[in-house]
Parts: sequence; C-alpha cells; structure tokens
Amino acid sequence: MAVLTDLTVAQIRDGFRAGDFSAREMAEAFNANVAAAKALNAFIVETPEHALAAADQADKDRAAGSLKPLSGVPIGMKDLFCTQGVQTTAASHMLEGFKPTYESFVSQKLWDAGAGMLGKLNLDQFAMGSSNETSYFGNVISPWRRNDGGNAALAPGGSSGGSSAAIAARLCPAATGTDTGGSIRQPAAFTGITGIKPTYGRCSRWGVVAFASSLDQAGPMARDVRDCAIMLENMAGFDPRDATSLDLPVPQWEAGLSGDLKGKKVGIPKEYRVDGMPADIEALWNRGMAWLKDAGAEIVEVSLPHTRYALPTYYIIAPAEASSNLARYDGVRYGLRDLPDGANLQDMYAATRAAGFGPEVKRRIIIGTYVLSAGYYDAYFTQACKVRALIARDFEEAFKRCDVLLTPTAPSAAFALGEKQADPLAMYLNDVFTVPASLAGLPAMSVPAGLSGEGLPLGLQIIGPALDEQAVLNAGLAIEERAGFTARAEKWW
Amino acid sequence: MSSYRIQGATGEWEVVIGLEVHAQVVSNAKLFSGAATAFGAEPNTQVSLVDAAMPGMLPVPNRECIRQAVRTGLAINAQINRWSRFDRKNYFYADLPQGYQISQLYHPLVGEGSLAIEADEKAGIAQDKQIGIERIHVEQDAGKLMHDQHPTRSYVDLNRSGVALMEIVSRPDMRSPAEAGAYLRKLRAILRYVGSCDGNMEEGSMRADVNVSVRKPGDEFGTRTETKNVNSVRFVMQAIEYEAQRQVDVLESGGRIVQETRLFNPDSGTTRSMRSKEDAHDYRYFPDPDLLPLELDEAFIEDCRASLPELPDAKRRRYQEELGLSAYNAEVLTAEAETARWFEALLTEGARIQKKGEAQVAKASANWLLSELYGALHRLGKTLEDSPVSPERGAELLALVADGTISGSIAKQVFEIMLETGDAPASIVEARGLKQTTDTGAIEAVVAKVLADNADKVEQYKGGKEALFGFFVGQTMKAMQGKANPQIVNELLKKALG
Repeated sequence: MAVLTDLTVAQIRDGFRAGDFSAREMAEAFNANVAAAKALNAFIVETPEHALAAADQADKDRAAGSLKPLSGVPIGMKDLFCTQGVQTTAASHMLEGFKPTYESFVSQKLWDAGAGMLGKLNLDQFAMGSSNETSYFGNVISPWRRNDGGNAALAPGGSSGGSSAAIAARLCPAATGTDTGGSIRQPAAFTGITGIKPTYGRCSRWGVVAFASSLDQAGPMARDVRDCAIMLENMAGFDPRDATSLDLPVPQWEAGLSGDLKGKKVGIPKEYRVDGMPADIEALWNRGMAWLKDAGAEIVEVSLPHTRYALPTYYIIAPAEASSNLARYDGVRYGLRDLPDGANLQDMYAATRAAGFGPEVKRRIIIGTYVLSAGYYDAYFTQACKVRALIARDFEEAFKRCDVLLTPTAPSAAFALGEKQADPLAMYLNDVFTVPASLAGLPAMSVPAGLSGEGLPLGLQIIGPALDEQAVLNAGLAIEERAGFTARAEKWW
Repeated sequence: MSSYRIQGATGEWEVVIGLEVHAQVVSNAKLFSGAATAFGAEPNTQVSLVDAAMPGMLPVPNRECIRQAVRTGLAINAQINRWSRFDRKNYFYADLPQGYQISQLYHPLVGEGSLAIEADEKAGIAQDKQIGIERIHVEQDAGKLMHDQHPTRSYVDLNRSGVALMEIVSRPDMRSPAEAGAYLRKLRAILRYVGSCDGNMEEGSMRADVNVSVRKPGDEFGTRTETKNVNSVRFVMQAIEYEAQRQVDVLESGGRIVQETRLFNPDSGTTRSMRSKEDAHDYRYFPDPDLLPLELDEAFIEDCRASLPELPDAKRRRYQEELGLSAYNAEVLTAEAETARWFEALLTEGARIQKKGEAQVAKASANWLLSELYGALHRLGKTLEDSPVSPERGAELLALVADGTISGSIAKQVFEIMLETGDAPASIVEARGLKQTTDTGAIEAVVAKVLADNADKVEQYKGGKEALFGFFVGQTMKAMQGKANPQIVNELLKKALG
C-alpha cells in the first residue's frame, strides 16, 4: 500500500471508509511527518493531540456507521484562524501566547465535518507578505530547491507559506489559507500545489484575524483540484455573524467536477502580458491555452484595461483597512503589553505597538494611515476606490465574452529567501497577477502546471465570474488532467 | 418682538446656537453585537467578544436600533435615506476597544428635518419657531474609564462600549438659551413619545454638545466653540449664557474666538478650553469595510411610520380643537408622553361611564388632573407613574360629581380618602353616607332654621347687604354636612329671602 501521507484528501476519505486504514494510523503518520520537519518551520504550534482526538472520534464514528464528510482527514490550520484554547498569533509577537475562547466559523465547520488539526501553520505576520519572511516566528523554508546543485533556501510564498510548504512536504494533505491579494494562489504556485480563493463572502471571516476586511477571504490549499473542492464545501457557508457573508447554499462542487470544457470560452487578458515576463512563464501560459483547447474550450483574447492600476490600488486599499483593523492591538485588553516605568496611556500604546509589530506591518500601518489622512484621502483612498470599481467592471465586461480567464499565477518561480527583502516594491510586484481578482472579489485558483528551468514549480491561474467557483474548478481540473504534474520536492529536511 | 441680546460695550450681540444631541437608543442589544444594554450593571458584565474587539470579531447591525432611528427621523418629518453607510472614526483611547468608533459621517441614515418650539413670553420666546435638524446618524458609544478605583491605575468598563446612539444635529437656528432649552425639551418629549430614547439626562442616555457663536445682529456667523457632553437642560442653558458672554468679552477686548472644544463645569456654571482645532484629531474616517451599505425598502419605512404614536404637536392641536381645552392645559397635558397617556385613559373611561363624548368630559377631566391630582401627587412626592389613584378610579370620581351624586366639595373629601385607602369612590360615598341630598323638603327645613337663627343677618341682607347670601349658603351646607345639592340650596334660599 502507498505511503499514508502521500494520499490526497479524497483518497484518505475513501480509503478510511473502505477500511484500508484507521484514522488514528493516518493521524499518527502525519504527526510523525510534522515532528520530523522542524527544519521547514511550517508550524508555529503543533497539535498532535487534536489530530489524534479527532481521529479516535472518526474511528468510533466509522464503527457506528456515522461518517462525516472529512472523517479521518487531518489538516493544517493557518495561524490566522482563531482556534479555541490553542494559541493564535497571526505570526506576530503582538499576539504571542493569545489563546482565543472561541473558534472561527471556518475552522469550526471543518471540525464539525470530522477533520482533525495537526497544528497552526506559519504565515507572514498578519498575512502581510509574499515570502513568509515577515513572520515573528521565523520564515518558513520551501521544501523545494533549485536544480542548480546549490542549497539556497527558497521562499514558500506568502502569506500562506506555512500551508503551502506543509502540503508540498506531505506534512498535511490539505490546509486552510487566506487570500487578500494572492496569499493562497502565489504560495500554491511556488510549491506545486493547488489553492482556490472563492468569491468574497463565501467563507465567513468571523474569527479570522483581519488584515483588509474588504479583501480577506479564506480558502483551501491542497494537492489537487478535487481536494480543493472537498475542502471548500466544508469551509463555505452563510454566517449571520459576518455582515459580508453570502446567504447562499453551498454548491456541491466535488460532484460537479468535470474537465470537459466543450462549449466553454477561455479568455486571455492581453494586459497580463507584462514586460520582462520570463520565457518559461510565457511558455507555460501558452501550454495552458493548448490544454484548455484540448479540453474543448475556445480561446479568446479579452481586455482588462485597468489592470496596470490594480497593484497601486491594492497597496492603497489594503493598508488603509489594515491601519484601522490593527488599531485594536493596543496592549489594553489582550496580547502584548509593554508598559515602561512611569508610562502613560500614549506611552504604553507606542511601546506596545513598537515592540509587537514587525517592520512590514508597521510599513503598511503607516502607508494606510497616510492615505486616509486629511488632505490625502481624496487623492489616494477615494481615487483607489474608484479604480477598484473600474477593475471590477473590466471583469464584468470580459465575462460577457468568456467563461473563465487564464493567466499565470505569479511573474516568476519561487525566489530565494532574502532576495527581495530589501526592496518592498519588488516584493509587491509578485502580486501583480493575483491582486485584480481580489479587488473584484472573484473566485480564482492556482494549479501547478510545470517546472521552471531551475526545476521549480510554476502555477497557472484561473479566474471566474462571481459565485462560479465550479467553472474555475473545472478549468483547473482540465489543466491538471493534462499537465500531469507529478514532480515533488526531494526530501532534504 | 422681544429678542435675546447681550449688551456689550460696543452694542448689542446676537447669540447663535446649534446643538448636537447624543441620544441612547432604546433597544435590548447593542448596535453591532448581541450584548445587553441595561444601565447600572456591574462593570464589564455586558460585553460581548465584539464589544471587546477580540481578534477576528465582526460587527453586525442590529435591526431594532436602525428601526428606532428611522422612527425618530419620521417623527421630526425628516428625510429617511434609503441608502446609508457606516464609517470608521479612528482614534486611540482606552475606552475604545476597536481603536475606531463606527459612525456615519458621509451618508447618514436620516437627513433634513425639523421640530417646532412654541412661543413662551415668560421665557422670552416671542413666537413659534421651526428649528432645523440637519441629520440624525447612528453610532457606537464608547466604554468608560474609572480613575477612582486604584491609586495609580485606571480601570476600563466596557458595558457601554458599542451601545447605539443617535446623534441628532440641529441647524444653528437657535438665538437664546431659552430657545435651546425649549428645543431640548421638545426633542426629549418627541423621543419619549416615539420610545426611541428614554431621554434620561442624569443617567447619560441623552447629552448635548453645544455650539455657540456670537455676532452683531445682521453680520455673518462668528467663529463657534463646541462645549461637550452637557447633561441637563439647565446646564445647556447655563453653558450658552456663560459661553456667549465670554465670547463677547473676548471680542470686545480685541481678542479673537478660536474654534475649539470646551468643557462645562456644572459646579461653577463655566466652560473651559479642552483642545483647539490645531490639536484636533485627524479621525481618518473611511467606510467600514466590515459592513455593507444599509439599504432600506419602502415596506420597512412604512412599517416604522405605522408604528409611530400621535406626536405632541398633533396631540396638542387635537386637545384644543376637538376637546376644547385651553391652550395652556393642552400644552401641559401633551408635554410628556406619560401625562398624555394618563389623561387619555381618564378621558376614555370617563366618557364610557358617563355615556358621553370625550369632548363633553374633557374639561372637567383636565382640570381635575392638573389641579387635584397634580396637587396631591406633588404633596406626596409621587408622579403619575406611581400615582395611588388610577385613571379608572379618577373617572369614577368625576362621574359621581357629574351625575350629582356628590358635590364638588364632597369630591375633594372622597379623593383624599381614595389616596389613603385606594378604595373605589362609589363605595367610599356609600359607606360614609356622603351622597348629596336633593330632598327639597329636608333642605327647606334647614334653610328655615338657618334664617330663623340669624334673624339679624336676614335684616341686614334685606337692607341691601347682598354679600351675606354666601353666608346663608355656607351655614345651610354646614348644617347638612355638605351633602345638600348646592343648586337646590341656592334656589330655596333665594325663594325664602324673597
């Protein structure tokens, strides 16, 4: 029999049902992998006991004939989701030691579906970053290495870099991620896995530490499209405690999976052909078109004229919201408090926030404060909101002519840790293909589609119209079926 | 026309006043969380995870608070905005857990409206006046800091954090402390009628920010100051008086008024500077991304409208026009919702028992309520709410007078007994034999005796001292222990005295 930890979510679910193995065996196998992979630094907190308890319950449920959708499946939880009694930090010193008394909507749904938790996954601090280097708990290292014989430590992507690295290294079969400007898709692309950000409002934000409220959206990361569908079905759903939650039934995405795209049109946005795009990215994109054509789709060129404004728009709106969302971390009620001798309230705020937030978080709070301040508000924030509406309209227009869009996920393969740290703008440019769909609130997915010349995974992105996750998943499946992506990181950790 | 003017060394000054009233919305739960809102609870016992701004917690608008604000807007004939939005007002303070207050700057729920204040010669309000109301928006209250619990630390009570407030912003339409007082009293009456705020200024459920400027009559508006959080009608009037005089003094001694926030000291009746415009916070208002715009449909608004009671102005007109009450009585009876409710119960019951129209029993009812009942309540230190006599019992008493069972003076005795015992008036009259006598023979006999006993006075009367008639009436009534029908006594006396 195959190595247990090589199985996908669907295989674990089905194998467990068929009696091929016990849930406890499965949980123990993944717990062992987690324990042996400290070098990757993918987890902030390991919770083997949680995984085992869920597994034991699953074994009992199986004996009683009352299986749940994810019975027997252990998963990883991004440490942005509040988990009752388990430290939740958002990878920030500010929340070190914070144990919520409540469980986020999404994680509760997963536990209710029978899943167990292997641990809390590392991320960029407050989900701000594209390389995982902003975590207070040290950066995650990608399990992947270049084929140049060097041992350069590579970025797993961000912000959901703990999730991507853990899945790629077989520390968990699936994990939760959150995506504000690409934080599911870009790390998925960097590590050769699959991740989908659903339509804004599909997954409740209740209990997810907020970065930018109008953009934050949870989604699954896993090894293939089917697993993403299974996970998403068990994460999405209406939550009256989130005013932006969509009051719609959760579709049966797994049952609806089909890689047959006959009669479908796939749009290629011409503005995504950016200057200086690496040749292997361009080649991959062309292969993607060929695969989708092979699946029966027609390829059409479309235009998203405001694409070039997406990145600046995002880097105004997201920091603006963050500067306000992060004001609650003030040392008064929970988390870090730095109270120098003789300090007054203002001193305590300053000392606490200086000590608690990392440099990237501070940078974004300052940018956000600036763009909202008197005299600059209209020039930056108001203008950005207008452009955001135009970007959303671009997509609406494009989807009159096609069913989904195909683009690369990121402008390059994974870069080395430290390579872009000195230049925030170069780092922000990594989000250039993922940010527009976030601004428009649209479902978008990254699927692994090939390797770069350096032997590193590359992803293709599918963007769909609002609420049509099925179209995104199906196009992703069509690529998956044809790309035959089986490469995996060679174990060095 | 008399108008309020401050006499300065350089001539007359006019005061310009605008009020921002913060009214706590009556609802069982806070604006964006399910936590309760009772006043006076133990610190930090009415705090949800949302109110404490725990990580990942989100606000969800409470429909009832929105409904109350819309009903209030309708009561001041204001425009209800079908589309409004919540904004964040960002600042750091220990009583503000989120680090921002959710408010409505750009698109308030309620737009332009107005309310009327009445002429009041005594107060120097020459004529009825409409005071414009610019807007009503809803927002969260903050918590409270307690500095008296520990020698070196401050404590935070978050019970009030997140409670819904309406901010009711007037136009700068008032020109005297009296007008401002009348506006506040009228607004409070409307809020209480509507039931959207209990108007209790002592408990802080209604407080006012007072904007004052002065100018020479006919000039442009002067620079204004804003005195924060004044919590009684009297204090608001005092603050205006003080602040206006202070501004005149500053201007007349060659100074300039700076736009600033001031604090009122209720002990001294003065105001002092808190912070100037230069130190004002940059609140960085922006639309709250956790909340969708608030969109109201016609059915909701119509439902709010249908739920409104008759409001004080309409009621006052009806009391005068349909019930024939004096302007004064109508005003007093409608000034407070509770008074009008009591009066109407008295009226309904009186009309039912006496089988008459309400208009036929209205005057007697109003007079009895405002003189007899109010007098007694005042004496007992009670209010209508805890009155020992119910409207039903009051109506029974008035009916006994109306049908001649007892006289007005006996009614006063009966009422005293009712206050003490709570018994029904009919049984008091019965048990104590207080029924009025209409037996002409019996009265005639008493009249004859009174005249015989006072032959000298009869002489004087006949000699032209007609004022003695009242003496004979009094003696007759006294002899009959007040139970004689006074009309019959009058008639028989007149006859006997020829």
